[in-house]
Amino acid sequence: MRKKDLSLLVLILVVGTVVALINPRFLYAGNLSNTANQIGMFGIFSIAEACVIIIGGIELSVGSVIALLGVLFIDLIVNHDVNWMLALALIIAGGLAIGAAHGTLVTKMKIQPFVVTLCGLLIYRGAARYYTEDATAGFGFGASFPMLEWLATGRTNVLGFPLPHSVVALAIVTTIAWVVLHRSVFGRYLYAVGKNEEAARYSGIRSDRVVIAAYVICGGLTALAAVLIAMYTRSISPAVHGSFYELYAIAAAVLGGCSLRGGEGSVIGVVLGTILLQVLQNLVNLLGIPSSLNFAVMGTVILIGVLADQYLVQRRKHVPVARGQAAADPASATLERASAE
Amino acid sequence: MQPHMAEPFLELVDISKIYPGVVALDHVSFSVAPGEVIALVGENGAGKSTLMRVLGGVVEPSGGFIRVDGSERRTLSVTDAIKAGIAFVHQELNLFDNLDVAANVFIGREPVFGGPLKLIDRKRLHAKVQPLLARLGADFAADAPLASLSLAQRQLVEIIKALSLDARLVIMDEPTSSLTLTETDRLMQVIAGLKAEGVSVIFITHRLNEVQQCADRAMVLRDGRMVGALARSELTPAAMIRLMIGRDLKSLYVPPAAPPGDTVLDIVDAVTETYPGRVVSLQLRRGEILGLAGLVGSGRTELARAVFGVDPLRGGAIQLDGVPIHIATPRAAIAHGIYLIPEDRKACGLLLDLSIAENISLPDLASYLRWFLVDTERETGNANALRERLKIRAPDVATLAAALSGGNQQKVVLAKWLSMRPRVLIFDEPTRGVDVGAKQEIYDMLRRLTDAGVAILMISSDMEEVIGVSDRIAVMHEGAISGFLERSEFSEHHVLKLAVGETIEVRDRA
Repeated sequence: MRKKDLSLLVLILVVGTVVALINPRFLYAGNLSNTANQIGMFGIFSIAEACVIIIGGIELSVGSVIALLGVLFIDLIVNHDVNWMLALALIIAGGLAIGAAHGTLVTKMKIQPFVVTLCGLLIYRGAARYYTEDATAGFGFGASFPMLEWLATGRTNVLGFPLPHSVVALAIVTTIAWVVLHRSVFGRYLYAVGKNEEAARYSGIRSDRVVIAAYVICGGLTALAAVLIAMYTRSISPAVHGSFYELYAIAAAVLGGCSLRGGEGSVIGVVLGTILLQVLQNLVNLLGIPSSLNFAVMGTVILIGVLADQYLVQRRKHVPVARGQAAADPASATLERASAE
Repeated sequence: MQPHMAEPFLELVDISKIYPGVVALDHVSFSVAPGEVIALVGENGAGKSTLMRVLGGVVEPSGGFIRVDGSERRTLSVTDAIKAGIAFVHQELNLFDNLDVAANVFIGREPVFGGPLKLIDRKRLHAKVQPLLARLGADFAADAPLASLSLAQRQLVEIIKALSLDARLVIMDEPTSSLTLTETDRLMQVIAGLKAEGVSVIFITHRLNEVQQCADRAMVLRDGRMVGALARSELTPAAMIRLMIGRDLKSLYVPPAAPPGDTVLDIVDAVTETYPGRVVSLQLRRGEILGLAGLVGSGRTELARAVFGVDPLRGGAIQLDGVPIHIATPRAAIAHGIYLIPEDRKACGLLLDLSIAENISLPDLASYLRWFLVDTERETGNANALRERLKIRAPDVATLAAALSGGNQQKVVLAKWLSMRPRVLIFDEPTRGVDVGAKQEIYDMLRRLTDAGVAILMISSDMEEVIGVSDRIAVMHEGAISGFLERSEFSEHHVLKLAVGETIEVRDRA
């Protein structure tokens, strides 16, 4: 585990301890299990977001995609009697297709990722509302999918603790993502392209493909999260379902050490970031803080976290920077620039 | 009164500038009189730019003093320089192409109204620029968007900006390097106009005929020393070249183990994006180091980028071992065993935040696969072997590339390709920013590679390196090859003559 991840873990433990001391209900199995369930669902699309942030992009349409795919999934299994496994496959395929479209627009059409995914945010939200005629999509009376419900929203008793299956899903996704990002060739390419696309190209990496792949992975994982969330809420009001989720995802990624400039961040960090955010949510509920302050608390903690990190990074960097300058070519281009001013 | 007879208003006396390990300027003295046009010539790295930066107040000299209007001082600050009326026109123009001409000229000094609101007084702004435009005979309006102007017109905007600051001395760094002939003529007229108004001009150039055309005086720098000043009557290209060369070149040359073999890389009539009107043809043979010399901006890097597939080739063909190949991306070049070690190590050659081992394995990661994953043990092992072989000085191969010195970084870039059996290595400025010891190690490695059958194209602006290391030299001038030199014909004189676009006469060849 990296140093950065470790300090995040310590922060989570400190916050958790403080909350537990003030309100012991924090540690009740029921509360922990519910919080864990949230972490499971949010963690999956936060890892999705992190993949895109690592290559130096951004994905703003996560929340809208969750709404649109959620609506479609429920519609498929409830109104069209599609086998749920087939429906799941179709929804995941839809997520992958959305990712491929975003990646293609970013690399081939050279549109900035912020713009592409902002348009996505608006389009998918509108599509979801239009598709349901702005009505709430949900399971009708008596509709029942025992296997699917057990898989998506069930809990298994592990040593007396009701472990939500969304956490199992997150654990599987985290393990695969960790191996892919930190041990595989493709993962190395993701970081290389995010850090310095030019140098990556000079090393023969097809950076366009890497970027598209990152968006595709993001779309697929978001689709998986969309199904879990749809099954959890059981009814979807397309106007608000999943809104701001992309911001939770970006926040978790940034807390987890991702730089919006790309090339940085770890899977473990992103998961820890998600945990911290959900613990904070829980804190607001349990400590009797007005829930209207929810976002404000979250924003403040993220800001403090990033500031502290920046401070530590600068202190660490102080020495090597000075050495680097001494070794620099005296006739470097920077001097030339500076002389103009 | 003759302009060059006037009292100098600016004098540099015994100016030196010492960087760690490099003497950039060595007791340089010269003076500028009102209305004087001075050409500053010299090879790449002779110290011209450093000298001009001292004048602009950007570089603080290590010794000597500067006399402005009779008052002596040790150094100039940027504000001092502006106050003294010294203005720069840079090779890479510092203009905002999202603003109009007037806004560019008065950027930071806009006439305002509205008190604390500081609204820009557009009328007054344009009124102030108009007479300056007329003075230089500019053919564009004050409110023309900069983006609509040609490069030559933009240069005029820079000059106008200088004049608006009441410049008495305008310094131009290679003003004509990207101008057409007619545009160059226009600029010469502008310079003559400035001169007539008593404004002095210093221009750095590699085009010796321009010096002849418009300078009152030429000063020649070599290795940071002022090696000669030529008066108007003595300004001939031959006299300038004679002064520019003539240092003792240490013999670095190590002959190859065997004479060069067949042609490996055959570039036929290649056209690059930067020089669409020029073609380049050259043959690179097995086991040779072909030095590619030329002045900065002569199109060497562009050629390398096109051959490596970074930029598209606009015309011509490339053959590898007699077979035509198509290279659209660096990946394609790499697949053919053609590797580039780029000029800009930090931006293109390396990923500074990755470790030595990760940098080395990056282009060839697929070969480190074990069940889909990177076999880090093999990666580290291979990197360690290369670290030994190339004498990369670092505590271990997990060290970040950013923490290495220039020489060791360059070795890491070289190591990337060595494990991939290169057929052709294109080395762009192999030892820029590299210390002396590492330089020699890199040269040794080049020779060992050619002896093993690799063909090396070495782009270099360092005369000592080109002459000392190459088996053969190709010289480029403004996007085309101006000549080839065999080892027996190597001399600074010949390289420089070809580099400035002159031909080598039969007499010279003998």
